[in-house]
Amino acid sequence: MSIQTTNKANEGFWDKLASSPSTDEYMKGLFRENPVFVQVLGMCSTLAVSNTALNGLAMGLATTFVLLMSNILIASLRNVIPKQVRIASYLLIIATFVTMTDYAIQAISVELSKALGAFIALIVVNCQILGRAEAFASKNTVWRSILDALGMGTGFIIALLCLGTVRELLGNGSIFGIPVFPDSFQEWVIMILPPGGFFMLAIWLMVFNAMKQRKAV
Amino acid sequence: MSEAQKNTTEATNSRKMLVTMVGIGTICALLIVLSFQTTLPRIEKLKAEALEKAIFKVIPGMVSKKTFQLEGDKLKEVTGKVKDAKLVYAGFDKDGKLVGLAIEASGMGFADAIKVIYGYDPHKEKIVGFYVLESKETPGLGDKIEKDASFLANFDSLDVALSEDKNSVKNPVTTVKHGKKKNGYEVDGITGATISSRAVGNLLKNSTGETLPQLYKNKDFFEAKSQQ
Repeated sequence: MSIQTTNKANEGFWDKLASSPSTDEYMKGLFRENPVFVQVLGMCSTLAVSNTALNGLAMGLATTFVLLMSNILIASLRNVIPKQVRIASYLLIIATFVTMTDYAIQAISVELSKALGAFIALIVVNCQILGRAEAFASKNTVWRSILDALGMGTGFIIALLCLGTVRELLGNGSIFGIPVFPDSFQEWVIMILPPGGFFMLAIWLMVFNAMKQRKAV
Repeated sequence: MSEAQKNTTEATNSRKMLVTMVGIGTICALLIVLSFQTTLPRIEKLKAEALEKAIFKVIPGMVSKKTFQLEGDKLKEVTGKVKDAKLVYAGFDKDGKLVGLAIEASGMGFADAIKVIYGYDPHKEKIVGFYVLESKETPGLGDKIEKDASFLANFDSLDVALSEDKNSVKNPVTTVKHGKKKNGYEVDGITGATISSRAVGNLLKNSTGETLPQLYKNKDFFEAKSQQ
């Protein structure tokens, strides 16, 4: 969201930063074009992995890494890849980085890969990544694609955390694995089940749309 | 830039498509092989460490370990890692006495294969420890087989005594509904993780049924090892 300043002479560093197109490229992914709440993309991993806050965060970070790397490679090869085989090429590139992420996580810690194991492979079919490759990286410079990937990635993390914390809180009585409710709290098991994901997503979409409408008025 | 893109598009022919796909494929293959090779030693080290830790976890009171390979009914001592072999880990206390055996077992769970390791006390003929090595069960539900305290308490002392003829387990391990456990050989299941907890019961039933009689035939072998 760029801030319009009328008096250019008085622009400080932060104002300059806020009104630069690069900042806007990054910021658009956070709220205005949030991949989950506005574009409603990548629902498969969003619903599957947002059952706890930690799962959401880890999935968000892994996705951001894959998004960033594939955006860089696709943007630098954008004039080389023929139009007819672009989707196949993008998938190949994305799958490669997902595999590398999987190996890296296994090498970092057994515990982490135990917690995330089943979800990493899901990143390949996250249409948000393919969407950014097709809609942005294939048409823009490497630098802008990096900013775009970072912004979209952060937006994805924010969305997964929004869903994950509430679902974990209600479904498991804890946040990031730390119990917050007394033992007598009856957990809403449905919240960590798939239907809970849909309910929570609907509620967050409602909140986002209400905010958007209020801004528009 | 769009002009340039248009020109490239027009000039595209099958040969160019082929070259691009093969080129990208090669780059990707190189990247995967590179990351596989660089992470492999560390992954194997971590896995071996995790297994070592798990062995000590499932056999209470052990201080040293020996690895044996089970071939048919015969046991032989091995050192280091042996591929595609059925391994049994024996734990000894500080006097060199055998305190338990750790056995790996796996079976189909809800999402994917579940791989566990359990400790067996041949003197008491009981399972005395249990640890999930690998599972992809649903987080928050099926993965309770790894974390749920009351479920894990089943395996502190689970009856797997052999039958009279020593060829099978007298009462095969079975999973019952949560709170319905009556006998020493029953596993108290988890509400919300029915399939996963049953899968654990089943894989223990299969593994104990197959391995324990084989181990019994090598009773003297372990006695001899204990005195060393």
